[in-house]
Amino acid sequence: MNWIAIGTIADIPLRGARCVETPQGKIAVFRTAANQVFAIDDHCPHKGGPLSQGIVHGAAVTCPLHNWVISLESGKALGADEGSVRTIPVRVEGERLFIALEALASKAA
Amino acid sequence: MSEKLVIIGNGMAPGRMLEHLLEAAPDRYAVTIFNAEPRVNYDRIMLSPVLSGEKAFEEIVIHGDGWYIKHGITLYKGHRIVAIDREAKTVTSDHGVTESYDRLVIATGSVPFIIPVPGKDLPGVLTYRDLDDVNAMLLAAQSRAKAVVIGGGLLGLEAAAGLKERGMDVTVLHVMPTLMERQLDPAAGYLLQKAVEARGIKVMTKANTKAIVGNGKVEGVELMDGTIIPATLVVMAVGVRPSIALAKDAGLDVNRGIVVDDRMRTSDPAIMALGECAEVGGHVYGLVAPLYEMARVAAAGLANGEDRRFVHSDTPTKLKVTGIDLYSLGDFADGEDREEIILRDASAGIYKRVVLQDNRIIGTVLFGETADGAWFNDLKKKATDISEMRDTLIFGQAFQGGVSSDPLAAVAALANDAEICGCNGVCKGKITGAITGKGLTGLDDVRAHTKASASCGSCTGLVEQLLKLTLGEAYNPAAVQPMCGCTSLGHDDVRRLIKAKGLKTIPAVMQELEWKTSCGCAKCRPALNYYLVCDRPDQYADDYQSRFINERVHANIQKDGTYSVVPRMWGGVTSAGELRAIADVVDKFDIPMVKVTGGQRIDMLGIRKEDLPAVWADLGKAGFVSGHAYAKGLRTVKTCVGTDWCRFGTQDSTGLGIRIEKFMWGSWTPAKVKMAVSGCPRNCAEATCKDVGVVCVDSGYEIHFAGAAGLDIKGTEVLGLVKTEDEALEVIVALVQMYREQARYLERIYKWAKRIGTAEIKKQILDDAGKRKAYYERFVFSQKFAQVDPWSERVSGKDKHEFRPLATVNFAEAAE
Ligand code: SRM
Ligand SMILES: Cc1cc2nc3c(=O)[nH]c(=O)nc-3n(C[C@H](O)[C@H](O)[C@H](O)COP(=O)(O)OP(=O)(O)OC[C@H]3O[C@@H](n4cnc5c(N)ncnc54)[C@H](O)[C@@H]3O)c2cc1C
Ligand code: SF4
Ligand code: FES
Repeated sequence: MNWIAIGTIADIPLRGARCVETPQGKIAVFRTAANQVFAIDDHCPHKGGPLSQGIVHGAAVTCPLHNWVISLESGKALGADEGSVRTIPVRVEGERLFIALEALASKAA
Repeated sequence: MSEKLVIIGNGMAPGRMLEHLLEAAPDRYAVTIFNAEPRVNYDRIMLSPVLSGEKAFEEIVIHGDGWYIKHGITLYKGHRIVAIDREAKTVTSDHGVTESYDRLVIATGSVPFIIPVPGKDLPGVLTYRDLDDVNAMLLAAQSRAKAVVIGGGLLGLEAAAGLKERGMDVTVLHVMPTLMERQLDPAAGYLLQKAVEARGIKVMTKANTKAIVGNGKVEGVELMDGTIIPATLVVMAVGVRPSIALAKDAGLDVNRGIVVDDRMRTSDPAIMALGECAEVGGHVYGLVAPLYEMARVAAAGLANGEDRRFVHSDTPTKLKVTGIDLYSLGDFADGEDREEIILRDASAGIYKRVVLQDNRIIGTVLFGETADGAWFNDLKKKATDISEMRDTLIFGQAFQGGVSSDPLAAVAALANDAEICGCNGVCKGKITGAITGKGLTGLDDVRAHTKASASCGSCTGLVEQLLKLTLGEAYNPAAVQPMCGCTSLGHDDVRRLIKAKGLKTIPAVMQELEWKTSCGCAKCRPALNYYLVCDRPDQYADDYQSRFINERVHANIQKDGTYSVVPRMWGGVTSAGELRAIADVVDKFDIPMVKVTGGQRIDMLGIRKEDLPAVWADLGKAGFVSGHAYAKGLRTVKTCVGTDWCRFGTQDSTGLGIRIEKFMWGSWTPAKVKMAVSGCPRNCAEATCKDVGVVCVDSGYEIHFAGAAGLDIKGTEVLGLVKTEDEALEVIVALVQMYREQARYLERIYKWAKRIGTAEIKKQILDDAGKRKAYYERFVFSQKFAQVDPWSERVSGKDKHEFRPLATVNFAEAAE
């Protein structure tokens, strides 16, 4: 795994998200009310809405464009909608956050 | 690439077809609909309750705008297709839009028949087919004058009952000796006439219209015998004709309707037709049940799924006039080979007749008591031999086989394949199966999942009994609509309990009111946040993570993730300096689009989120503040030029508009609030379709409210006339505060006013000076904490994290 440091947990508001810019596009990093951290592509499976801008509840986010609810754990759309978004591994070490961008590493290498 | 499906007409039949099609083959077609009516798909058969006032138009919408967006369907509202070019495979609308198709569906419905008598074109002569007709009737009804309805069939009687309900003096003219003669035998027709007359509606049978008379507008109807019946409104409800002109011009086979086979295919293999315009097996239909079956068949054909074929069946007729129960089915003419069984109860006004042939039911007429309609229908459909129960048949199902007369038991005794909802062809087993299988708890659930009771509503009682039977004690019909899946409480209870229990934060509300989820959802959190902001403006710390993105970053998110920015232009007035500043910002940040909004100000669209604080900083230097174009809060106050310039202006409408906007900006409200002030009744600022509007007159300020011009169009109601600007401001502020304190989240003023009644609002705001003052003062207090420009706050560093990436990962790092 290729772990890349992206900042600290305090940088993300509780029940909020921040983005990490990468050569593959934006990755949204979420912090839930229970202080879990998840990362997924910032690209809704419906019509590409920026999921980082949605309302975070439980371990899910509601897309700001048309209200699909996406599970942060699985990246899958919940309820009646169907689709999924790539999830990215996150590691929390103390305060510090890392994500793994393996797919890209292999592509670039 | 998906194939192009074009649909002409957006009535009940194609609406239902699309639902089936989207279920079976969601991505197969790119769908485009042209509808001559300028609106979305709605339940046409519920127009009568809208006319009578029992329902609002928004309650009968089947697919709102959001539905089309969600399914990526293009709907051209108000576009009538005028030509089909079968060679080129295109259709063209009266507004000049041409669209090509791979498959075309014609669903143009019917046109009302207009009897060709002199005077038929006079203003005041209407038909009854769509919402525009209803609105025109409602307008005419305001005069409370005389109306004549020509036609004593289903539509005519529903129109008459509605107009009577609205306070008009109504006469029904019917050319035949008894009412609804096509559905009722003379005995039932006579009882119906008595019931209609008992509501104060005059009925004249054997009345043959000779002319409609009037000078420039309707003044009366003249009959063949010379009688003249005075009227200011005439509604012609004498039947409909399938709308086939378009198909005929295109060279398709037509007869009475557009000829289709039992898979809804016309003589051109690329074109289907369905609905009232279609003729299948020699029949044309005028009730939704067979049209819905056509919808199923057409959808199956388009999806290339099952091979479904249309089979003719009789549909029962019911009249949707509250308090008059009638039911008619099948063939009830006398005949040598036929027998009939009749039950009359004169004192109770009941008449029942069952027509038999070879011991099987072929027709039924029920008046006054119709509960057994479904049962008779079932016996008829299955061609059950009734000789065994002949003696008790007419008394109904409850008398068969020792079943008690308890209605619940009667429903329990129905077979699983007995049809409950005639409009949608839903049987008992499907409903009970959905209730248990999907865990449904209420009528709305059943409507959503099975469509039963979702059309004309006459089977609602039966569906409720099925809910009761299946759920037992657990069924609570009076249950309120919960806020969302996280709670069983409704908005009103939550608002009340927040106050009663003195709750101060969202977590406290969720704890005390036993929320079922750990931290709510995107529906309840913004609502709770608003309720708390409104209740405790001084103490509550606004929870930005519970706000929709637009309110969190104070700009409007666009489909590509960029934002738009709309600064306030007080009362729509601007200056060279302001315009120059906007021009500079547009150049500096390379903003792709600048647009004048419908709210008298300027929108800059396509701004990158990262650039927002810098854009605001520059706008702020020129004196601009946020226009809250994104907020559930005060949006715009549109004005006209008023006495300052206009030769007709009666008051300083511009000045008053600016004053109101400066006083009220920044306030959060349950839903957006838009206002306008016009300088005279010419009303150039369109004040009469706003949440709150002022129309200036010589004697003062007429205050309007509860208008709408978005998803629904509704003219305002007049709250009252005040003499001075100060009074106008006080009344408006008090009204808005009352709304802030009482409405449910996302409920516009017009919906709130409808729910609690305009009389109550007038009472509290106009008649009770003490209450008005108190509302006013609470608003003023709350503004102390609300009137902070969110843009300048962010320019000075608030919520920095929103506008910057957490980190930037480059190729080298990623590849390491
Ligand atoms: C910009 C503007 C269109 C324009 O280019 O002129 C506009 C743009 C939007 N309107 Fe509007 N409306 C605009 C005037 C109107 C008007 C006309 C008016 O205000 O005089 C109406 C009808 C009047 C009314 O509200 O009754 C209008 C009725 C709606 C509705 C339907 C609301 C309803 O309850 O019926 C929505 C949907 C909603 O709010 O849920 C809506 C929603 C929207 C949203 C916010 C859609 C969204 O959620 O993203 C659009 C945001 C675009 C953006 O980012 O700027 N817009 N919208 C107008 C901004 C006015 C302003 O200066 O603030
Ligand atoms: C007041 C009223 C009460 C009713 N009550 C009942 C009832 O209780 N039970 C029952 O079963 N039925 C009832 N009906 C009948 C039922 O509403 C109709 O059978 C049904 O709506 C027909 O559906 P449709 O899709 O064929 O046509 P419609 O619903 O009439 O829709 C046709 C649409 O096509 C549009 N259109 C026409 N030509 C063009 C064109 N060239 N280009 C674009 N668009 C075009 C029209 O504007 C219209 O919106 C009632 C009807 C009315 C008016
Ligand atoms: S509303 Fe009256 S005052 Fe205003 S522009 Fe029109 S005519 Fe003039
Ligand atoms: S883009 Fe996310 S719901 Fe549509």
